[in-house]
Amino acid sequence: MATQTRNRHQELGLSDEQMLEIYRYMLLTRRIDERLWLLQRSGKIPFVISAQGQEGAQVGAAYALVRGKDWLAPYYRDLGKVLVMGMTPREVFLAAFAKQGDPSSNGRQMAHHWGHRRWNIISGSSPVATQVLHAVGVALAAKMKGHDIVVMTSLGEGSSNQGDFHEGLNFAGVHKLPCIIHVQNNEYAISVPLKKQLACENVADRAPGYGMPGVVVDGSDVLAVYAAFREAVDRARRGEGPTLIESKCVRLTPHSSDDDDRTYRPREEIERARQRDPITRTRAYLYEVGLLDEEREQALEVEIRREIDEAQEYAEAQPYEPVETAMRHVYKEA
Amino acid sequence: MPVMQYIEAVRETLRSEMRRDPNVFIMGEDVGKRGGVFRATQGLIDEFGEERVIDTPLTESAIVGVGIGAALYGMRPVCEIQFADFIWPAMNQIISEAARFRYRSYGTWFVPMVIRAPYGGGVHGGLYHSQSVEAHFAHSPGLKIVAPSTPGDVAGLLRAAIRDDDPVLFFEHKGLYRAVKGEVPEGDYVIPIGKADVKRDGRDITVFSYGKALHFCLEAAQMVAAEGIDAMVVDLRSLRPLDEETILNAAARTGKVLIVHEDNAFMGIGAEVAALIAEKVLFELDAPILRLCGPEVPAMPYSPPLEKWYMLSPEKVAAKMRELAAF
Repeated sequence: MATQTRNRHQELGLSDEQMLEIYRYMLLTRRIDERLWLLQRSGKIPFVISAQGQEGAQVGAAYALVRGKDWLAPYYRDLGKVLVMGMTPREVFLAAFAKQGDPSSNGRQMAHHWGHRRWNIISGSSPVATQVLHAVGVALAAKMKGHDIVVMTSLGEGSSNQGDFHEGLNFAGVHKLPCIIHVQNNEYAISVPLKKQLACENVADRAPGYGMPGVVVDGSDVLAVYAAFREAVDRARRGEGPTLIESKCVRLTPHSSDDDDRTYRPREEIERARQRDPITRTRAYLYEVGLLDEEREQALEVEIRREIDEAQEYAEAQPYEPVETAMRHVYKEA
Repeated sequence: MPVMQYIEAVRETLRSEMRRDPNVFIMGEDVGKRGGVFRATQGLIDEFGEERVIDTPLTESAIVGVGIGAALYGMRPVCEIQFADFIWPAMNQIISEAARFRYRSYGTWFVPMVIRAPYGGGVHGGLYHSQSVEAHFAHSPGLKIVAPSTPGDVAGLLRAAIRDDDPVLFFEHKGLYRAVKGEVPEGDYVIPIGKADVKRDGRDITVFSYGKALHFCLEAAQMVAAEGIDAMVVDLRSLRPLDEETILNAAARTGKVLIVHEDNAFMGIGAEVAALIAEKVLFELDAPILRLCGPEVPAMPYSPPLEKWYMLSPEKVAAKMRELAAF
């Protein structure tokens, strides 16, 4: 009964259209991700590293930023975030196929190493947590210039053991910088479970040591995520400094397409993880508040499938960047 | 033309660039109130404030990584690593990040930053305050590496480094900070990165060097001149890129080449210079290419006799010059 369900998105100041847009981004992320796996398993692309299980955390977080104004230093699972920030499905598939026009790297980097100058998405690398320092540096520069931007960075809970994470939080805390460090805790660092990674209960427990709030939020609850990030964004814009937010997520796939999680992860555990699927949960909410029914859902799925088909076809048809350009952009060109 | 110490040239060039461009700022350990442990940034905090002369926490990776982020946003950070020996925690940020942003983003992201680091020994610094680290970085495309030997070159090259749109490692030999004085041209004096400098012309042998060892070479050239050996001494100044044209011309001029550096020889700068000469002007040579470098031990030992054993000297260079001239 729609009328009896608390309308949580309106309580957060989100319109029905915005709530549907949030779900659309989540679903788009999931369907693109699933398509990438199909392409990888059929030998059309070499590599996938998944966002599945983290769409709520990613879309809810990025939705609290202002597109084109705020900055993102993403990590490899951040498909949901880069879509919200402005990257198109076409651009995602260009990167997946390593084709000319891929805005991240023009086919130079492995897929999922996001970057997009137009949307303030900072190019990333594979060594983990290095991007935390870049986000802090952007925030420092923005503060020096008096710009009221917010910088967000993402990483996994495993990466929160790297020195750069701790150096970055400390620096951001000392200088009260407008950045948000988002740890997407999906309980595994490739094969290593949480209990072998952390001696404390939450990654967010580390925040007080760096003079900032540490917030734990249920990553499968997109509205809870959005609320936490909006508060952190407001805090940052008011000049009150950084926030560490840990979203408790699940990883619904192996680490990457090169991994086989059957060697270390019980199947029952993955079944349990599916109970926390953010897509299922958000979909149920939309049915409850009357924003979605079977007909509208079907229409949405068809629309997204068309968009993905078109993006994949477009990307597949593009040429590779010619080898003659491989020596370009080592240094500034005259 | 004002005459100043090597370290004064560092400081005054930083000052003039910070006055010229509000995007230029300094960060590092003890760079503020203390003015750096060597006093290279002394007084700059008084003129530019603690927002532009930032005393950082003791975190080399963050000094570089945060600098990268600021550079991505359009600032021109000059990051100081207190001793080159302490640069290793920042190695990942320098090699994996700073050096690769432009390439990996097809030119859309780039990192206009300078990393200053005092290097070199002969100052009773032991294993961890004496190292020459340049060869470790020179291997990486995407980086520029500069190692000046005179106050004038410091001024011209540091100015070029700050204005460069790519990351520049600026290595200052700490043994030269107060030991060398020289003329520094006034005003907007820029030396393009990638240009070597013939510090002494000569007809018999060609010696390539940089940093403190360059001064040993000049002294040694005086010593052997009395014996009738006329040595040409070329200051590489820029280690990446190397000034291929000047190097090849200088090698061909005398046909006898000696490469001298304080860093150890194996896979060092001298190996690259020697390979370049062998590849391009082998038939101009009249003798095997010689190297005189630091010994193959992990780093410089501390006690006076051990340090003296490690360090080059004008006498050691002169002996090698004689050996080459006699070939």
